[in-house]
Amino acid sequence: MDEPVKLRIHQISKAYRGDGHEVVAVDRIDLKIRNREFATILGPSGCGKSTLLRIVAGLAKPTQGAVQLDGRTISGPGRDRGMVFQSYTLFPWLTVQQNIQFGLELSGMDKAGQERVAREFVEKVGLRGFERAYPKALSGGMKQRVAIARALANNPDVLLLDEPFGALDAQTRALMQELLTQVWEEFHKTILFVTHDVEEAIFLSDRVFVMTARPGRIKAEIDVPLERPRSYELKSSETFLRLKKHALELIREEAIKATQYKDNE
Amino acid sequence: MPTEPERDIERTSWSLGDLLSPREPIPASLYILLGVSSFGVLLLLWAALTYGGFIDALFLPTPGRVFRAGLDLFLELGFTTDILNSTYRVLVGFLIAAVIGVPLGLLMGTFKAAEALIEPLMGFIRYMPASAFIPLFILWLGIGDVEKIGIIFVGSFFQLVLMVAVVAKNVHKDMLETAYTLGAKRMQVIRKVLLPASLPGILDTLRIIVGWAWTYIVVAELVASSSGIGYMIISAQRMLRTASIIFGILTIGLMGLITDYGFKWLHARLFPWVE
Repeated sequence: MDEPVKLRIHQISKAYRGDGHEVVAVDRIDLKIRNREFATILGPSGCGKSTLLRIVAGLAKPTQGAVQLDGRTISGPGRDRGMVFQSYTLFPWLTVQQNIQFGLELSGMDKAGQERVAREFVEKVGLRGFERAYPKALSGGMKQRVAIARALANNPDVLLLDEPFGALDAQTRALMQELLTQVWEEFHKTILFVTHDVEEAIFLSDRVFVMTARPGRIKAEIDVPLERPRSYELKSSETFLRLKKHALELIREEAIKATQYKDNE
Repeated sequence: MPTEPERDIERTSWSLGDLLSPREPIPASLYILLGVSSFGVLLLLWAALTYGGFIDALFLPTPGRVFRAGLDLFLELGFTTDILNSTYRVLVGFLIAAVIGVPLGLLMGTFKAAEALIEPLMGFIRYMPASAFIPLFILWLGIGDVEKIGIIFVGSFFQLVLMVAVVAKNVHKDMLETAYTLGAKRMQVIRKVLLPASLPGILDTLRIIVGWAWTYIVVAELVASSSGIGYMIISAQRMLRTASIIFGILTIGLMGLITDYGFKWLHARLFPWVE
């Protein structure tokens, strides 16, 4: 890969003060995400991976370190870093189309432009016919498709996804992974994805960073040399299974540590 | 496909066991029937006790007597004016409370500084009974409409502020943060996310508060009054016209019910998107 570095996470640490003692959630994490790369942070629950993503989004301040996007240090949230959360964050009083247009309207785009872009992305995530539906009429998977469309329509430099399929059932989740792969292969945005699901991480990513249990550090980096476009059949290929086994072993150690940590609390 | 909550549609047979299963649905027709019959049972009991001569009419007159007292009130004693006066006081007191209270509650639920400034005071005053303010208000505001409206205001305002603050505070933080990552500035997050997300809850709060305002009107009109439903009730008491008292109470219940349904109707019309 000869793409330049897009997102630079520079020696980020984050400590919380809880019950009188300090808890280090994230410990000196250093990452370079390349332009147009699909990078995933894989870690057991409670390892601070979401905290790291929130820091990149500008929604949380690091105790130490800095995040740079295209060489500029970020200081708060902004439209250059779109984010999709695990919880359903659609605005319930807006229709599917209005949700997708939300960021475009803020950017000052004219009405016709907004509608054109919204139509394009409704199509991309396979929701034609639902433009005028309110979120309450949508299933969990459809809601997340709208959330992804809304973030992408805003044309961010980097897309941040915080376990976006975490609340979905296994089948829907698998379909959403394929959809995201397709969309990504078309738009080639730089993506930083966070998950605790090993298979999801390998299926989607170019590179996977495995995090340790608290305090969260980068334990290993796995290159995923699987060809693209990717489809679900890949999940039974030899390379995929080998990578999955490797990642599973790494994450298992951390998951065990994480449970012990919790038991001690 | 849009997903709807599951419902039994084709079910036709119901057993007693269904009615006794916790939280299980029952037929819609039965639901309505049960609701109506609770009124019916009460009315029957009342009729049996009074027409049967078990209770002295001075304490509890027959339904027929109450109905006739109601006719008299409307036809001879200008009860319509009383209702209009009471409604006016309730609505004005309630509207003033809403106009000041809703923005204040939103501020409190949105900014921690506003919460720190306002909440302790509101939390303190709301425990002071509105009726205890009557002597003070008569001293300050006289015995006219302003004093009655003042009592309604005190009875609703402080609760309203606190309840609206809770509504604003319950707007999910992820939703606000999503707006930030879509490029919204702070004021845009408030105007375009926090406010619309709070509106249904605010309307619900207003519905509950106006119901309370209707119960305060009697207290406000019991003392130093010359019109209104509460005044009618207190003068009927002096004359021992029990039937008029009961009719007055039923009227206030009905007015509260009508306002309540009005708000529910408005809610369904304005916020079809609420789950």
